[in-house]
Amino acid sequence: MMIDRRLVEYFDWWMLALTGAAAAIGLVALYSAVHAGGGTAQAGLFTRQLVWCGAGTAVMIIAFLINFKVYEHWGHLLYFLCIGLLIAVLLFGKYVGGSKRWLVMGPVSIQPSEMVKLAVIIMLAKYYARMVRTEGLHLRELVTPVIITAVPFVLIVRQPDLGTAMVVALIAASMTLYVKIERRLLIGLIASGTLAVPVVWSFLKGYQKQRILTFLNPDRDPLGAGYHIIQSKIAIGSGMLTGKGFLKGTQNSLDFLPEQHTDFIFSVLAEEWGLVGAALVILVFMLLITWGLQIAQRSRDPFGTIMAVGITVMIAWQVFINIGMVMGLMPVVGVTLPFVSYGGSSIITMMAGVGLLLNVSMRRFMFE
Amino acid sequence: MRTYLESVDTEWFNQRLIGVLVVVLAAFTVITVRLLYLQVFEGKELRRLSEINSIRLQDIDAPRGMIYDRNGTTLVDNRPSFDAYIILKDAKPLDRTLERLAVLLNEPSEDLETTLRSSKKRGGYTPVLLREDIGRDTMAAIEVHKYELPGVIVHVSPRRHYIHGAHASHLLGYMGEISQEELQCTPYEDCKGGDYVGKFGIEKAYESYLRGMRGGRQVEVNATGQVVRVLDTVMAEPGKNIYLTIDEKLQKRTESLMQGRAGAAVAMEPDTGRILAMVSSPSFDPNLFVIGMTRDQWSELISNPFRPLENKVTQAEYPPASTYKIVTAIAGLEEKVIDAETTFHCPGFYRYGNRVYRCWKRGGHGDVSLVKALTESCDVYFYQVGEALGVDTLARYAKAFGLGVPTGISLDREAEGLIPTKEWKLKRFRAPWQGGETLSIAIGQGFNLVTPLQMASLAATVGNGGRRYKPYMIEKIQSADGLIALHNSPIEVEGIAMHTETLSLVRQALWKVVNDPKGTAWQSHINGLPFSGKTGTAQVVSMPKRSDSSSEDKEALPKDHAWFVAYAPSENPKIAISVIIEHGEHGSSAAAPVASEMIKAYLGEDYLVSASSTQTHSISISEAAGHDD
Repeated sequence: MMIDRRLVEYFDWWMLALTGAAAAIGLVALYSAVHAGGGTAQAGLFTRQLVWCGAGTAVMIIAFLINFKVYEHWGHLLYFLCIGLLIAVLLFGKYVGGSKRWLVMGPVSIQPSEMVKLAVIIMLAKYYARMVRTEGLHLRELVTPVIITAVPFVLIVRQPDLGTAMVVALIAASMTLYVKIERRLLIGLIASGTLAVPVVWSFLKGYQKQRILTFLNPDRDPLGAGYHIIQSKIAIGSGMLTGKGFLKGTQNSLDFLPEQHTDFIFSVLAEEWGLVGAALVILVFMLLITWGLQIAQRSRDPFGTIMAVGITVMIAWQVFINIGMVMGLMPVVGVTLPFVSYGGSSIITMMAGVGLLLNVSMRRFMFE
Repeated sequence: MRTYLESVDTEWFNQRLIGVLVVVLAAFTVITVRLLYLQVFEGKELRRLSEINSIRLQDIDAPRGMIYDRNGTTLVDNRPSFDAYIILKDAKPLDRTLERLAVLLNEPSEDLETTLRSSKKRGGYTPVLLREDIGRDTMAAIEVHKYELPGVIVHVSPRRHYIHGAHASHLLGYMGEISQEELQCTPYEDCKGGDYVGKFGIEKAYESYLRGMRGGRQVEVNATGQVVRVLDTVMAEPGKNIYLTIDEKLQKRTESLMQGRAGAAVAMEPDTGRILAMVSSPSFDPNLFVIGMTRDQWSELISNPFRPLENKVTQAEYPPASTYKIVTAIAGLEEKVIDAETTFHCPGFYRYGNRVYRCWKRGGHGDVSLVKALTESCDVYFYQVGEALGVDTLARYAKAFGLGVPTGISLDREAEGLIPTKEWKLKRFRAPWQGGETLSIAIGQGFNLVTPLQMASLAATVGNGGRRYKPYMIEKIQSADGLIALHNSPIEVEGIAMHTETLSLVRQALWKVVNDPKGTAWQSHINGLPFSGKTGTAQVVSMPKRSDSSSEDKEALPKDHAWFVAYAPSENPKIAISVIIEHGEHGSSAAAPVASEMIKAYLGEDYLVSASSTQTHSISISEAAGHDD
């Protein structure tokens, strides 16, 4: 295969730069979080994250070098591989804090629920690219996408990891709405969904209701999630306009924040860098997401367009849920902040996603 | 591509994209507004809260479940313990504070500093434990001076209290600090390092019921660490209370009878399996594990040759000796090897091959029938029954009675015992079974090993007419608000169907053991309260391998173990007992009197009074009578 000169010409440097910026912000925040921990157990985290960023970049390069039409063709293989891994997690996974999310493979642990998001996006994009129509999808055409989404959704709920399962469902729902559902069907779905809520609720057991209520309102759990949210809000708010300064966060340094290097990394940032820093982070993500949508818009291939939308909404949902959560707007769920939170599976998944965006962006001329 | 262009075009896609963009913009606006609100509008207040880290969590300990006997007498409860903690970030100046505190605690402040230095958790706002259980008066003094003692807090926590000290300690168990391994395990998932959990006995076996659920408080504190406001509270959920099947009075009486001896005594209800008393001697005081013991106390406990930390009722294995003849007799009758009329001649020994197996009575018993053989415990009779039965048939009966099989009582590390078979020996020693070994087995020596609980179960089964019940000691478990979490009922275990004649013959003999002047336990009989039993004298040999020599090999230096199993009254028994006294020498002189006194203590009021025979046979249990087994 000859490398087309235009591939280089069309390379999307902006997308790359924005991703790099987000990852750099993540490393700075992680340095603070690890610095505060002080313990030896934390010391290795920073180096590990650097390694993960390197690995993520490699995956990104692979993801954009191969023509995305190849992914479209072989997408189901990736999907079944991910489903297999999810089943393996339930069977052989490692228990951490009451749930099975990790698959230990030699020196590294992977979280298949992260990767399955991309597989679902590719599968749905492939299906919708053939089905899309101006008047929208019919009910019968929704059966396949529901199955594609429901299988990993159920497997992830079983771990249990409600947050990630919710993200998968939100991505699928967003993509489906994007390709349009028939108006009458849409109204019907919304109506029956609304009606179903009280029915389902009445069938739940007492403790299940309690768990959902606590999930929706962390204040009901003042010793666990509720306390974490209070501490997180104190951390963010105490940053004020300009922050307490690099490595000077106090909430962070006294272990008041749970999971300060993963889910609560934004609180660390906001405490040390204040409104200036936090707004910058939000701006970077805003640009990244707009750029992703721009790539979708420029693509001349339906699969490329729909996949680009899927990847972009994945990033958008996670940013919104994560930042919303640490500021007390959202339920407390284990959803990472893309490129910023510590964690190999998350970084690699996000980098691969960016690789696919670059891929679509670079090959847009092919259909002109 | 063609179909795509026909139905939708890029223009259509781009229109749909505008919708996505609008939603994203809306979401980001929400986030930004929230950020502004927290950092600008609430910023000052939140900065103030962060500077003194004023929102903290405090634990509320759950009181552990209590333990009662069958009549509701409290055996274990909780008492308040006052523990002094220090929060380093609040305790300023630290040395002055420590000095003042040291005066109140009446010890040099250097000791406090040492404690502080050796403490693992030294996080600024995490309270560091300085002194436990400082007593109510010291607590009061600290509270009075609390403004001179910044950062010092006294926390009240419930502490385990074994009301009667060493009473029933093997059954109740003891507690200890949770180990690193336990912290990783599921039953302990809501525990933290430093928690006390059950380590032995019921405290361990029923840990998940007893523990309860820790609660907590979200509080706001001021600059000196004093609570100014309670923001939220989650109440602790107390542990569940356990009601035992134990009869506290019988337990106490048995303990005093076993005082000063090593051994075990256990009593159960024959027709339910309820344990009435469970005593292992010597004992220990579980309170020592709570308040912490000195190095000497600990080394005394673990180096004592009589193993005070072992529950001999379930964890110790002994050869059953002559008490096993009950099984041999039943097996012989059921397999039609013997009947009531069968007699063997006992000249004091039995020749097997080129070996001579002795009877304990050198002069011999003369002509012996089954009843006489059991009553006077003739070895020669049972050698011949055993020889005719073979080891595997004997083992089948022994196991059907639950010997060499765990009873399944819910105490951990229950010993299994051992009932040998040909196959077992081949596997274990790679050697074929010798015929002479069967002779030793038939009189309960050789490889045979049983626990006192298994023997009590045997006595109960014979006493109640052949039904074997699983022993249990938990009557019910109840939550603090009265909900029943567990209610045990008798469980019958599958045994062996026996002919009525078999049992009545054996029971007649066991009655004679106690109530016939020639019986081996005649000295322990109670006027007006006929009970039945069987004595045993277990040889103490260093190696079980050597036991196929004569059963009368008394060269071994340590004295033999004394056994007695019994049920009372002889008809419709209400209690079944097994007693072993280590190195007590003779079942008749050492073990039977203990059982006799236990029967009197348990049934005395009902039976002795109604029989109006107040002149009981006075038995001094410490006095060793010369009657052999």
